[in-house]
Amino acid sequence: MNAPLPKSAERPGAPVRPRRGKVHVPTVTLAHGSGGKAMRDLIDDVFLGAFDNAALAPLEDQARFDLAALQAAGDRLAFTTDSYVVDPLVFPGGDIGKLAVCGTVNDLAVGGARPLYLSCGMIIEEGFPVDDLRRIAASMRAAADAAGVAIVTGDTKVVHKGAADKLFINTAGVGVIREGIEIAAQRATPGDLILVNGLLGDHGAAILDARGDLALDSPIESDCAPLNGLIEAILAACKDVHCLRDATRGGIATVLNEFAQSAGVGMEVDETALPLREAVKGFCEILGLDPLYLANEGKLVLVLPEAEAQAALAAMQAHPDGRQAAVIGRVTEAPEGTVVMNTLFGGQRVVDMLVGEQLPRIC
Amino acid sequence: MKYVDEFRDPAKAKVLFREIAALVERIEICKRRPLQIMEVCGGHTHSIFRYGIESMLPEEIELVHGPGCPVCVLPMGRVDDCVALAEQPGVIFTTFGDAMRVPGSKKSLMQAKADGADVRMVYSPLDALQLARENPDREVIFFGLGFETTMPSTALTVLQAEAEGIENFSLFCNHITIIPTIKAILDSPDLRIDGFLGPGHVSMVIGNRPYEFIAERYKRPVVVAGFEPLDILQSIWMLLKQFQEGRCEVENQYDRIVPGDGNREALEAVATVFELREFFEWRGLGSIDHSGVRIREAYACFDAERKFPVPQLKIADPKSCQCGEVLKGVIKPWQCKVFGTACTPETPMGALMVSSEGACAAYHNYGRLDLAKRATAQPAAAQDSAGEVAPR
Repeated sequence: MNAPLPKSAERPGAPVRPRRGKVHVPTVTLAHGSGGKAMRDLIDDVFLGAFDNAALAPLEDQARFDLAALQAAGDRLAFTTDSYVVDPLVFPGGDIGKLAVCGTVNDLAVGGARPLYLSCGMIIEEGFPVDDLRRIAASMRAAADAAGVAIVTGDTKVVHKGAADKLFINTAGVGVIREGIEIAAQRATPGDLILVNGLLGDHGAAILDARGDLALDSPIESDCAPLNGLIEAILAACKDVHCLRDATRGGIATVLNEFAQSAGVGMEVDETALPLREAVKGFCEILGLDPLYLANEGKLVLVLPEAEAQAALAAMQAHPDGRQAAVIGRVTEAPEGTVVMNTLFGGQRVVDMLVGEQLPRIC
Repeated sequence: MKYVDEFRDPAKAKVLFREIAALVERIEICKRRPLQIMEVCGGHTHSIFRYGIESMLPEEIELVHGPGCPVCVLPMGRVDDCVALAEQPGVIFTTFGDAMRVPGSKKSLMQAKADGADVRMVYSPLDALQLARENPDREVIFFGLGFETTMPSTALTVLQAEAEGIENFSLFCNHITIIPTIKAILDSPDLRIDGFLGPGHVSMVIGNRPYEFIAERYKRPVVVAGFEPLDILQSIWMLLKQFQEGRCEVENQYDRIVPGDGNREALEAVATVFELREFFEWRGLGSIDHSGVRIREAYACFDAERKFPVPQLKIADPKSCQCGEVLKGVIKPWQCKVFGTACTPETPMGALMVSSEGACAAYHNYGRLDLAKRATAQPAAAQDSAGEVAPR
């Protein structure tokens, strides 16, 4: 796992090419997407300035890696992509830039991969403030540093007013899976325990709250965080992780349903064991939402044999991103493909996949 | 969470479940057939499923999920009217969230939004009024929906708009009233309900006296109930106690919220702005006399139905849909011919599959376990003819 990083990703270090361009206007215009000098200035000023690494600096059309170094780090390459369109762009606990890095890093890490490189595609609506773009790029760099990855290639497009909502970001990511790690949804086995790494639903509640519809006194912060460090700790402590997924859109209810359906098993969750912040509980009470379906950006669902659960729990709780980790349920034989909740009342109910968007109830 | 956890205490619930089971033993009707209790309000239905209450009650108690989900009972023609209003040029159409998905004969508001209409979700009619202040060159229409619970806030918003002289705000009024609807259920020839859990939040506005005719004339006891699981259990216990003691009256379990005479200011605002319609169309139940309200002449300038052309077409419920029978407790949701096949939460045909408070959607989302158990215990039950209620 601790093979040396391939050379091209070595960071930080002074840029190979001295910075030249600078943007002198306050907002992005169509000229910044035209391929000419204005675009070069934008890339130089905003992106190279922030991302700053040896693989990106030559500004070739692609980043290049030493294959031998990748091979030394593991026996499989992991490759993923995700697009980020969050509204608002800045929210308590993060912004679209941090989200775009953490989300893709986490998509790699939950497969057992060590995330290494990201790409960054920006689709910008004309009129977007350059300073906001600078702040978002800086936030991407900070998140990349925290996750130990480098943003090594990118693309910038500017579209007409109204053709996109302010800013969309796509990031793709590459990582390496070391030998012996076999994480897959269909490996969930009756008798396995189900764990989560902390308080659920913070991101979903933070975003809804940040849209300003409810004007809560104390804002809820997004849990947006890279999980690769935590996952390395889990993989170091446990030999046989069966399933691992980050519970983003659709919340843990969706992940558990995916596991249950892939493996053809039942999943039983104890309502009393679910770690929930009081503010999120209250938020859901007021709006008639179910926290099980709220998005997270720094939470994972882990399924592994009971014999390894204590080690996994201890490893998680020793890590800053897993202090409030908990065992929330177990894998059962039946009912096949179904998630069942033991309610705090001792009753049972099915936790189904969400149909469409969760909508607040009227009364 | 303060003021919430107290009403969800599993230890207290255990005591109540035990007491309920003991009471059932002493009630005569329960020895012959299950006692049918209707919870009128969709909020109760939601809690009952969310906490798995139904599966823990003795077999002698059957809960019938009533008509109190305003989103569910909205007829297709009214949704079409909403879409027509939303698609008027220059209109911002505002609605509570769960009305977005209700299917009209051609499309839902959500589809209308995707097709370019400016449909926005709000949490309160005052949010809609604020939008009107911020967009003086646009017409902001608020989709007024719900029973007496939401009626006062709509009425007060209209009064506020009048006080401020806001001219670009109007209301598409679909508010409905609970009493005529309960009466229609009581008058139905196939009525089987033995007692009612009264709607807590409606009663917060209208008080509990309006239910007295149910006990006096129809000899059915009523307990006005809160929405937390312990509220519901205690209310069921109170109903059973009435059966056991041979009493038949209106009781108020939710007295921490519901004053006997209701909320005078709220009722005044409602009476100022609204008047009864001669009849209102309900999805699944048909037309019910005096079951809806419209805006009074004095406030006509805030009435979207007067301000804009509205098609007002009557669209019949699909023939195969048995929502009416489910609403009256004649059949259980899972006994409907199209339940879970042609009618699912993804593609709702009937009213009760539309909102999470609808009985069918609740069974479909939360109740599948019970269905699976029933199917194993009684393989024929699920295919039973619609008319008979299969024992659990």
